[in-house]
Amino acid sequence: MLSSDFQTHPVFKRGVAPHIRLFAYVAICVVMMVADLRFHYLTTLQDWLSVIVYPIRDIAAQPANLIGNTTGYFSNLQDWRAEKETLLQRKKEDTEKLLFIKELEQENDRLRGLLKMAKRVKTYSVTATVQYRAPDPYSRKVILDLGARELFDIQDPTRLVLDQGKQSGITHGWPVVDTDGLIGQITRVYPIQSEVTLITDRNQAVAVKVERTGQPGVVFGTGQGQLELRNVRSDPDIGPGDRLVTSGLDGLFVPGIPVATVDAVEPPKVNDIFPRIVCTPIGGVERSANVLVLSRAELPPMPPKPETGDPPPPPRPNEPDEADEED
Amino acid sequence: MQLSNRSTRILQPAKRWFVYLSLFLALFLNYVPFGDIPWVPDWVALVLAFWCIREPLYIGMGTGFVLGLIVDIGHASAIGQHALAYVVLAFLANTLSRRIMWFPALLQALHVLPMLLAAQAVMVGARMFAQPGAAFPGWDHFLSSIAGVVLWLPLTYLLLLPQFQPVDRDENRPI
Repeated sequence: MLSSDFQTHPVFKRGVAPHIRLFAYVAICVVMMVADLRFHYLTTLQDWLSVIVYPIRDIAAQPANLIGNTTGYFSNLQDWRAEKETLLQRKKEDTEKLLFIKELEQENDRLRGLLKMAKRVKTYSVTATVQYRAPDPYSRKVILDLGARELFDIQDPTRLVLDQGKQSGITHGWPVVDTDGLIGQITRVYPIQSEVTLITDRNQAVAVKVERTGQPGVVFGTGQGQLELRNVRSDPDIGPGDRLVTSGLDGLFVPGIPVATVDAVEPPKVNDIFPRIVCTPIGGVERSANVLVLSRAELPPMPPKPETGDPPPPPRPNEPDEADEED
Repeated sequence: MQLSNRSTRILQPAKRWFVYLSLFLALFLNYVPFGDIPWVPDWVALVLAFWCIREPLYIGMGTGFVLGLIVDIGHASAIGQHALAYVVLAFLANTLSRRIMWFPALLQALHVLPMLLAAQAVMVGARMFAQPGAAFPGWDHFLSSIAGVVLWLPLTYLLLLPQFQPVDRDENRPI
């Protein structure tokens, strides 16, 4: 009998050995994770998968929405009254400020013209709703109901349009604020939804300045709901109660958005020169349901090219998403 | 097919569409937003482990990989994170399936607990390796495996329900 006549009986056919398959799958998974987390590749795959997943996820969120809606419906009338009172009060206060703001804006423009300074950055914003908190326990992220598909008009941002043209869609890197202050930054845009990394995430950094003194710095999330102002020396007077606002030095965020209040300044440890400055976010990070996505109407000018061979000083905090935004 | 290899009752073979339907329903349950509660079980891992033990010939690492990718997208975690955990889980469950099938359901649960914990540990380790700044989610994160194991016994009977049907249907007997 020729050896080519011999065939394995199908009962004994089991394909590639399980150990080898395990090794191959583990290798693929690890490569994918590193490619995604460190280099931000695989966005096309994510887009495709997110479109498939979206309907399932939407239906799965319905029971929670139903419970939320019914408890909201039967909630105390007094709560609603109190909320209405605070809103009215706030509206009164805001009206007072708004009366003067128009005049101040014009005055500012004139003065800036006289001093030949650059015009103030124009911004536009879209409202969005936080759908849910991303269940990933390693980071602090929420999912918004706005995506790349929802394009809007730069002139009239409240109007959503659904065709390409002069309009612009949500892009990653944009700041997300609520009525009180900054809550996060858009880090990933899916066709229908987008993902916001909250400022309390451990990998999120925001360029800020102390409102009172103008001292610049970078604030980092701690992963436990607090923020930390790092690498700022203790001799400039920063004390509890100081407000931190965005400095706009990162070229993405509009200057002046409230970020955090300083809680405590702990003196530096023995081997350290910088004090530990703990801050609490001003905005309702991890609580807000209705948020605004802000953007600059035009991109900031590119940083000047260095003429000598020296490398330029790093112009912005070490944040991968912002580096992507520049191209 | 039997309830365990010691049981004398012979069950009907599992229908493939039912296997895939149960995996899909588990996926659906995984997407229900539970907020921060740590003891919500990972339904996909649980059902996947179940079918990897019961049907090792056609539910295995490939199924785990695909399901893992879909869960990763829904949870906004790194792509490949759940896939890695499910592949490891499927491998362990497939390899140990011959042994586990000799035990009654309660003792099977004891075998499943280290598998689920190992899958979670692999996930935590891989995430910390791939992203050095990632926060450690805390020890109560592992409560989800324990919650899953508690559900093993009811889940066994629930998922085997269609196989308890008699071969010749009797109009007067529901199951």
